[in-house]
Amino acid sequence: MKREDDIVAGLLLDEEHLLTLGELSRACCVHAEWIVELVEQGIIEPNGNDLRHWRFSGSCLSRVMRVQRLQRDLGINLAGAALALDLLDEVRRLRRRLSIIDHHQ
Amino acid sequence: MQYKDYYAVMGVNKDSTQDEIKRAYRRLARKYHPDVSKEENAEARFKEVGEAYEVLKDPEKRAAYDQLGANWKAGEDFRPPPDWDAGFEFSGGGFTEGDASEYSDFFESLFGQGFGSTFRSTRRSSGFHAPGQDHHAKVLIDLEDAFHGATRTITLHAPELDPRGHVVTRERTLNVRIPKGVRQGQQIRLAGQGTAGIGQGAAGDLYLEIEFKPHSLYRVDGRDLYIDLPVSPWEAALGAKVKLPTPAGVIDLTVPAGSGSGRKLRLKGRGIPGGNPGDLYAILQIALPPADNEKANALYRKMAQELAFNPRAGLGV
Repeated sequence: MKREDDIVAGLLLDEEHLLTLGELSRACCVHAEWIVELVEQGIIEPNGNDLRHWRFSGSCLSRVMRVQRLQRDLGINLAGAALALDLLDEVRRLRRRLSIIDHHQ
Repeated sequence: MQYKDYYAVMGVNKDSTQDEIKRAYRRLARKYHPDVSKEENAEARFKEVGEAYEVLKDPEKRAAYDQLGANWKAGEDFRPPPDWDAGFEFSGGGFTEGDASEYSDFFESLFGQGFGSTFRSTRRSSGFHAPGQDHHAKVLIDLEDAFHGATRTITLHAPELDPRGHVVTRERTLNVRIPKGVRQGQQIRLAGQGTAGIGQGAAGDLYLEIEFKPHSLYRVDGRDLYIDLPVSPWEAALGAKVKLPTPAGVIDLTVPAGSGSGRKLRLKGRGIPGGNPGDLYAILQIALPPADNEKANALYRKMAQELAFNPRAGLGV
């Protein structure tokens, strides 16, 4: 397979380009039921009212991947992983704010 | 190939119990988990610890490893003894969490063979036709790339099986178009660039997560950018038109009279471009001219004498 010379243009998953339930579960190599569980736990929030019209953003994808890794590597349950994700997001947000106001220290 | 001291990697003694090893692993895994840790080289450390635990948690492998003898030093040149695997049966049991392709040559040479087959059976047991797996990778770009768009060459390492069934790491480079307006953490999906399918199964997709390199001037928050803008005391006090670098080029910025240090000036739409572009914030930093010559000294003294200014009025002193 020779591809060195080709330039590949992908699809940017932004506000307009979202993933279906099937695409998200395939991208993360998990069963759709598990994604449904993550939605029920409030770990990810799709657009759309019912399962067939659910659409997931790129950030849902990275959250699902992180939950998977946290569960697998650290042996924490879903509620614990959800809490860890929320706290990690908060830490990241605070670090970013800190870097904005506290650049010189 | 270098000898690896798995006990040292995990910070445990050679006579530690399995429970102590398990506890050490859990502590280190939390400390170095790439999703959690801010430690430098967290990912490399995490893999190293994972590999060490893979050996030490399993009494069979641990016994075999101990069999190499206690005189090896970490980093020492190592060859496995010729009759090394005689008398050991590596069932491959418990090999569920790690990824064989991530382990070192040292590990491979000691425990490699038995694991290839486990790897194969877990990954490739789903019949003759199966879609390839989707892959995930990160791509590191400069902030400027988000302004102008760019092409980035990325190198992917994918574990594959060679014709004899051994796990090999295949390297593949890909030139990827980075669209204008991308933001930190966004995903780009490249259809059909994941693992090849089996039989007539379609290839999987590749997902690339965008990550910005730290920039010397700008800090990024979503679509918005922040930059420190040094101004002189008279520019801040009297107002001025000053030059401001932006990723799209230098612009003129009006500093309003009476601006204090830390004041944020918002430049609408000068952040990361897009349908809904971000803003650029210039944060004023008042820079004092040093009083390192007679003229500057005289000017400061004149201000001290002629300006009725108490910077500590708010403290009541």
